[in-house]
Amino acid sequence: MLGILTGFVDELREAGIPVSMVEAIDAARGIEHIDLASRSSLKAVLGSTLVKNARHHLAFEVAFEAFFALSGPQAGSEEDDARSDAARSLLSGLSGTGGAGGGDQDDASDLVAALLTALRERDDSLLLAVVRAAVDRLAGIEPGRPVGGAYYLYRVIRRLELEQVGADLSEVVEGEASSSLERRLAEEEVERRLAQVREMLRSEIRRRLVADRGPRAVARTLRRPLIEDIDLAAATRDELVEVERVVHPLSRRLATRLAQRRRSGTRGRLDIRRTMRASLSTGGVPVDPRFRRPRPGKPEIVLLCDISGSVATFARFTMQIVYAIGAQFSRVRSFAFIDGLDEVTSFFGPGADFAAAMRRIGAEAEVVWLDGHSDYGNAFATFRDRFLEDAVSTKTTVIVTGDGRSNYHDPNAEALRDIARSARALFWLNPEAQRYWDTGDSIMGLYAPWCDEVSEVRSLRQLERFVERVAIPATRPMRPIA
Amino acid sequence: MSHASPNEIAAALRREGYLPDDRIAQVVFLAERLDKPVLVEGPAGVGKTELAKALAAAHDRRLIRLQCYEGLDEAKALYEWNYRKQLLRIQADEQADWSELAEDIFSEEFLLSRPLLEAIGSADPVVLLIDEIDRVEMETEALLLEVLSDFQVSIPELGTIEASSRPMVLLTSNNTRELSEALKRRCLFLHINYPTIERETEILLSRVPEIPEALADSMAKIVASIRSEPIRKPPSVSESLDWARTLLTLGIDRLDENTVTDTLHVLLKYQADIDKVAASLAES
Repeated sequence: MLGILTGFVDELREAGIPVSMVEAIDAARGIEHIDLASRSSLKAVLGSTLVKNARHHLAFEVAFEAFFALSGPQAGSEEDDARSDAARSLLSGLSGTGGAGGGDQDDASDLVAALLTALRERDDSLLLAVVRAAVDRLAGIEPGRPVGGAYYLYRVIRRLELEQVGADLSEVVEGEASSSLERRLAEEEVERRLAQVREMLRSEIRRRLVADRGPRAVARTLRRPLIEDIDLAAATRDELVEVERVVHPLSRRLATRLAQRRRSGTRGRLDIRRTMRASLSTGGVPVDPRFRRPRPGKPEIVLLCDISGSVATFARFTMQIVYAIGAQFSRVRSFAFIDGLDEVTSFFGPGADFAAAMRRIGAEAEVVWLDGHSDYGNAFATFRDRFLEDAVSTKTTVIVTGDGRSNYHDPNAEALRDIARSARALFWLNPEAQRYWDTGDSIMGLYAPWCDEVSEVRSLRQLERFVERVAIPATRPMRPIA
Repeated sequence: MSHASPNEIAAALRREGYLPDDRIAQVVFLAERLDKPVLVEGPAGVGKTELAKALAAAHDRRLIRLQCYEGLDEAKALYEWNYRKQLLRIQADEQADWSELAEDIFSEEFLLSRPLLEAIGSADPVVLLIDEIDRVEMETEALLLEVLSDFQVSIPELGTIEASSRPMVLLTSNNTRELSEALKRRCLFLHINYPTIERETEILLSRVPEIPEALADSMAKIVASIRSEPIRKPPSVSESLDWARTLLTLGIDRLDENTVTDTLHVLLKYQADIDKVAASLAES
């Protein structure tokens, strides 16, 4: 067991979860107190001793599945045998026709029918039997092939006609529902059951893979970046949903942290008057010295965001975080551009829904001037001519987000220079990997000399770090006034 | 008194009206066995503080609670010298020899013990709840480290006070900031999320026993459905309990779109959220 445990800890570390020596020892001590046959106990012990951050839980889950996939189900299957006589007899007919392994060509309709019955009757043991038979016959797992299992899963789901089963099931349950609310709840119930089937299939496939190739290899192919490290530009839709879910808590956390630092920081100068007043209660002895709170100035922020298709999501996350910590700034104004530029501050009130606001901006603000392809030169010129005097002063920090791909339009670097000169600082956040800058139509190099800093910001972690730096005045660079 | 298995703990907590899921019982069991504090994290209103209360009741121990807030310091968390009393003592006896006096005024008589010291010093074992630890500053966290790992408090003038009985320690966090590694290392980690539909139904039935089972079931389903919407503040367990009481008072025993929409303000606390959910209910 100790060998498996150290292997498991190594895997967690490689997946990016920090596990200290003490924590590994705690896990080892914890294991002594539990029944090792129980997977849920083992998971609770390892989870509570090794993983101390809820955001790392997904990664833990994946590693746990790979490492301990084989330990649980054997114990489970004995109970199943006892319980699921009905399921067994139902399936014995089925498996007779297909035979193990060679069933790639044969018809899966018997399994589909059994699946529908299992879901409708909520017969979990039948469901488990169907899932196992389906993986046996339909996945066509080839030993030794280094794939992650998503491909096999896709194959089984397609052959099982899971979507059709879902539709049939919805029809049945919706027939029973009397109001539209009940119908909605029933639909969600079906969704949950299908998700459960997918999850069961996934873990069954994973179990076979682990048996074939060993836990370490499987864990490695399953490993995914932690949410805060996901490359925002290359994220899949599912990953974006994950990111979406953590942006709000993350920015709230950032806001609290900044507010605390602003207030605590240095203690400030001795406040003689209040100290004297407090000393009266101790007979004139100044036991409890009082201090004046320092009040550092708050920066003003102007956001210039490229919201053309390729970088829109990134612009939205930036705005979302900057607005969430709005209390740290004396004022935030935002401007969006594609090839035209318009002020969009009014779209983001308190409690605004950012996804909806972004759609409205696309429809209502004048962000498109000619052809709807990014034109940084024109956008900067428009900003300089229409808004510069009003929006930017020596107290203002300007943040530009975009990939600097201007579709071969005139770069107009002087416009950016003028903006930078009137502002206190100008930062550029580029969501593209640095090695692609200045390739093709990217003109990052032409703009860079006028920026105080150009940062490659591709993940939430980098974004959070950047915003924090801008908000803390002590670490913000001062530019000589030109 | 320690429990023999997670199931026993679950049963004990159930008797106190707290319905733990499997994981909660497992982690609490482990904490008892390893004598380690538990750091409980999760969204507001899922019953983190309740867990500590139920645990204290189940063990028949006193609950000592340290509510954290910004600016909490040693004097409020650990101990403080009673300056006024010390001054009085000095003034009352001006002729006394200083060395004698110094020994006298730094004795336990002049010590005001605050929650942490109280938990350590208590003769009977207690449950110590350090609530909303994420509210104190990073630096203040360090105050807790000695208590959490060694169950002792060092007072320069008095020496080290060791726990006569090991307190059971629970820390809660709403995750508004990242806690320090040092603190996390000393604790077991327990993330409590919103309950599953089955567990929420059970909670509703045990806390508001007057509601019919079918209603509780559909309430739990609706709450789960609302939580899956992209809203600012998803309804917590305590809010769904409030909702159950509201429906009971109104005498509603069957839910449809209208009754749900009319009572949404019990579940949701932002107008934008209420509008959004009402719209999606009307759509379906």
